[in-house]
Amino acid sequence: MSAEVSPKEPLFSAKNKKLLAVPLNRENPITVQVLGICSALAVTVKLEPAVVMSISVIAVLAFANVIISLLRNTIAPRIRIIVQLVVIAALVILVDQILKAFAYEVSKQLSVFVGLIITNCIIMGRLEAFAMGNKPWPSFMDGIGNGAGYAWILIVVAFFRELLGSGTVWGLPVMEKVGIYNIGYTNNGLMILPPMALIIVGIIIWVQRSKNKELIED
Amino acid sequence: MQELINIFVKSIFIDNMIFAYFLGMCSYLAVSKTVKTSVGLGIAVVFVLGITVPVDFLINKYLLTAGALAWISPSLAEVDLSFLSFIMFIAVIASMVQLVEMVIEKFSPALYNSLGIFLPLIAVNCAILGGSLFMQEREFQTIGETISFGLGSGVGWFLAIVGIAAIREKIRYSNVPGPLKGLGITFIITGLMGIAFMSFMGIKL
Repeated sequence: MSAEVSPKEPLFSAKNKKLLAVPLNRENPITVQVLGICSALAVTVKLEPAVVMSISVIAVLAFANVIISLLRNTIAPRIRIIVQLVVIAALVILVDQILKAFAYEVSKQLSVFVGLIITNCIIMGRLEAFAMGNKPWPSFMDGIGNGAGYAWILIVVAFFRELLGSGTVWGLPVMEKVGIYNIGYTNNGLMILPPMALIIVGIIIWVQRSKNKELIED
Repeated sequence: MQELINIFVKSIFIDNMIFAYFLGMCSYLAVSKTVKTSVGLGIAVVFVLGITVPVDFLINKYLLTAGALAWISPSLAEVDLSFLSFIMFIAVIASMVQLVEMVIEKFSPALYNSLGIFLPLIAVNCAILGGSLFMQEREFQTIGETISFGLGSGVGWFLAIVGIAAIREKIRYSNVPGPLKGLGITFIITGLMGIAFMSFMGIKL
């Protein structure tokens, strides 16, 4: 399926030697492979839900990769999508129930986006491109690496949106402590609204690609 | 009836799947290179959302919520299967997409050829699962409401992808800074379109 999701298929099949490091920058799932943006941006208004979401995605991605990798020789190719979906959905149900039990407030804030990890294209993409053809341990590393590549983008976006939009970092009133309000600074309410998440990701892509010239599209 | 139209309009403009919730961004970014293909994908999404949301509503109402199984036998009135909703919804979506694909292949081969590769993609389109999850969260009461919500969300997604495709076709002739070309500028344009769509906020019929 992922072969059809993204026109950049060759990126997937490239043998990743540095399974952990490469997805952080050169093959970042969000800014380069364009996967998993769906559920990424909506949870970035504040830092805390973004971090919880990142941890959930890393956990689901790593374990789904391992499970599919263990099953890879027994899955018939025709039904692989539904097998993958069932494995992912079961893991997401676990994550959802754990969040509801131990972090109810955050789980309410994330609302439907925990469930949407199921259709997060990163997970399907990595299962299809990596776990179906590799041993469990490399698959686990690949899962952690791609999850971390997803996580840092999320955390950077959430950091700026919370800092500039609400003047806080992880709920701490940083801007107030600095005393910047006294000289006429006000919070930018636009940062809290959904469209700014897209624009910040656009800017991250801009910065990243001007550092890595080989990523520039024609 | 007015309530239904209200839900329809609201889910197109205010709770737009792309601009308010970023759902279905993956295919939105990957397929929006030309208007023609994006119209095809948009229609397929409207179609599938319009079917899966009501079907998932019925499943949720008569099988999954707490006490929903009481209609089978009173002894099941205590059962709460709502933790199964993710797996049920995704199964319904995957099978519906398969079904829709087969129906289109049979009755309209031309449409099937133009949608071809996009139809299976829809199964993992976040907008579809998102539609069902929002349906569950917002606690719609009648099937009419869910149909108008499903179709409205689909139409909103359709408008968004056709809009961005039209802009991307034009922007090819513009002088965009190198690192922003392709993906970067698409993100920023989507953000600006989102700001434009925010002007609909507060509309109520």
